[in-house]
Amino acid sequence: MDFLVFQYPMITVQACLDGILLGILFALIAYGMALQWGVMNIINIAQGDLVILGGYIAYFMYLYGIHPAWGVIVSPIIMYFVGIAIYKLVINKVVDRDLFISILATFGISILFMQLMNFAFGADVVLANSHYGTTMLFDNNVVLPNSKIFSAFISILFAICLVIYMKKSKLGRAIRATAQNARAAKILGVDTEKVYAATFGINAALCGVAGALISITFTIHPYMGLPYTIRSFMIVIIAGLGNLPGVAMSGMGLGVFEEFADYILGTEFRIGSVFLLLVLILVYRRFKLSRKREYLK
Amino acid sequence: MNKNNLILYIGILTFGIAAPFLFPAFKVQLSILCVLIILATTWNIQGGEMGYNSFGNILFYGLGMYLCASVQVGMFFPLAEWTESGGEKTFVHTPAQFFQGMAVGLIVAAVVPTIIAGLIGYSILGLRGHYFAICTLGLGVAAGEISGGIEIIGAGQGFTTPPFPNVGSLESRGEFFYFLSFFVLILTFIAVRGIYTTRFKLILNAIRDNEDKAEAMGIQTMKYKIVGWMISAFFCGLAGGIMGGLVGYIDSTDVAFDGREMGVFMVLMAILGGKGTLWGPIIGATVFHIFKEGFWTFFLGWQYVALGVLIVVIVIYFPEGIMGWLREKYPERFGEVVDEKDRKAQVELK
Repeated sequence: MDFLVFQYPMITVQACLDGILLGILFALIAYGMALQWGVMNIINIAQGDLVILGGYIAYFMYLYGIHPAWGVIVSPIIMYFVGIAIYKLVINKVVDRDLFISILATFGISILFMQLMNFAFGADVVLANSHYGTTMLFDNNVVLPNSKIFSAFISILFAICLVIYMKKSKLGRAIRATAQNARAAKILGVDTEKVYAATFGINAALCGVAGALISITFTIHPYMGLPYTIRSFMIVIIAGLGNLPGVAMSGMGLGVFEEFADYILGTEFRIGSVFLLLVLILVYRRFKLSRKREYLK
Repeated sequence: MNKNNLILYIGILTFGIAAPFLFPAFKVQLSILCVLIILATTWNIQGGEMGYNSFGNILFYGLGMYLCASVQVGMFFPLAEWTESGGEKTFVHTPAQFFQGMAVGLIVAAVVPTIIAGLIGYSILGLRGHYFAICTLGLGVAAGEISGGIEIIGAGQGFTTPPFPNVGSLESRGEFFYFLSFFVLILTFIAVRGIYTTRFKLILNAIRDNEDKAEAMGIQTMKYKIVGWMISAFFCGLAGGIMGGLVGYIDSTDVAFDGREMGVFMVLMAILGGKGTLWGPIIGATVFHIFKEGFWTFFLGWQYVALGVLIVVIVIYFPEGIMGWLREKYPERFGEVVDEKDRKAQVELK
């Protein structure tokens, strides 16, 4: 137990800023999850593993001498096709089945990916160094790596692009129509199968962007996927489906919570506290709803 | 109980008792099989019969494992020094101490998870469907992460359970654990079989089929859900305690709260055999264990890849499991009356 937070107020500022920058990344992943959850009614446990895979793409570019920031462009393109492939092989067989079936199937994909990445890239913790330097604030008391600022900026950029794309383009309209009512959309001539594939692909591409940014700012490891899934699930259930400002806010909130948990409880309890928070939030919502004789749907 | 069943049970019992002498090399594997069957059968109580698909029964399994080992050590020696020494032979259990500790440990390992299931049950079981699944997944992983940070039970470096004392021949360790797990398996089977003949099972099925209607019929669903979960927790804790002694080493995320392996295994075995049947999980666990060990031996290193593929294949192509498939093929064996005309018509349609 370390109560430095209360003795040095600057650490509070540091934790808040770190948390917000981290939270923006979480919000990007959560946005992908909300998209496919809303459209296809699938909870993808492999979400985090797609993120890590995207990170490895950027890391490999770094290994071969290309600046890892380019991964932000390359990795979503590759991940889009990975997403489509996963959809064609597995997801389209579980789309209209029981939700538990899809959870279990994606759990299987997650284990598969985890292990394949472990074989292909090794079990080391790696990061792609971007050499962006750091920014000092408040008389050098607060240190912010430029890569974090860069990653937050890129995440916001991608999110805005995606929102505009969803509003304006034909595919975006089709996706929104399918989310509202898949059957009606089918009747009106929307090829829902294609829409589902595209949704899954876009989600994977978002994961790819987030992964590339994570490999620049933090570290990646084949087994680190599940916490990202849980984080994005948590953000989505706090914010609700289709509530984009809510996703952004709760993402940042979660980021700040994690930084404080890190300072107060210690790093070894960081992931544990995230999972515990998920349980607490679900239980809180359950009690709140049960007063109205309702339950989480 | 009719005559055929009696013969079947006696056959299985005889085989179970004779197995360690027939296949002396596979004693540990057979004990693990018993534990797996216990886990699958008890998962089925709330997963299959009640419709509450939990990834979190691993919580009780891991708790049971840690509790049994801690009690076994803590009854005679200081626990903190034991874990610090990391299994060095500074403290040695005498045979009497070992068995006494094991007995008390197993009781604690069964009772405490049951109480915990009862305490958290009211909050967790109010969630439904996938929220319940994800919440319990979170519980299991959180327990693993948190126990990995607690010093007194070994934190990250793990916990060595007391070594088996030198009694009789070298073989006695395997035999002891085999018969212990087989005994618990029989207990579990009798208990579960008993439960499945009562009104309790019908209520669980009603909850699975439509919880709101069950409530409208005047059933206090929450009470039954909690009891169902507590039964699961009781046997999961026992199984965990045995497994801890059997493996001999407890690690927070790789052995005890291993959501990636054991936590999924129990779900998978129950689904493979057929959810919501008495024999399904038993058959599923046996098939799964044989397949797994075969694969693990011949394709070492690729086991998780195989596991991932296996999960996807089972879930997509065999969601009804082996028992479901048999039921579709031989409905008369399951007590369903099939009209001969109807069947012919179906065959013609195909």
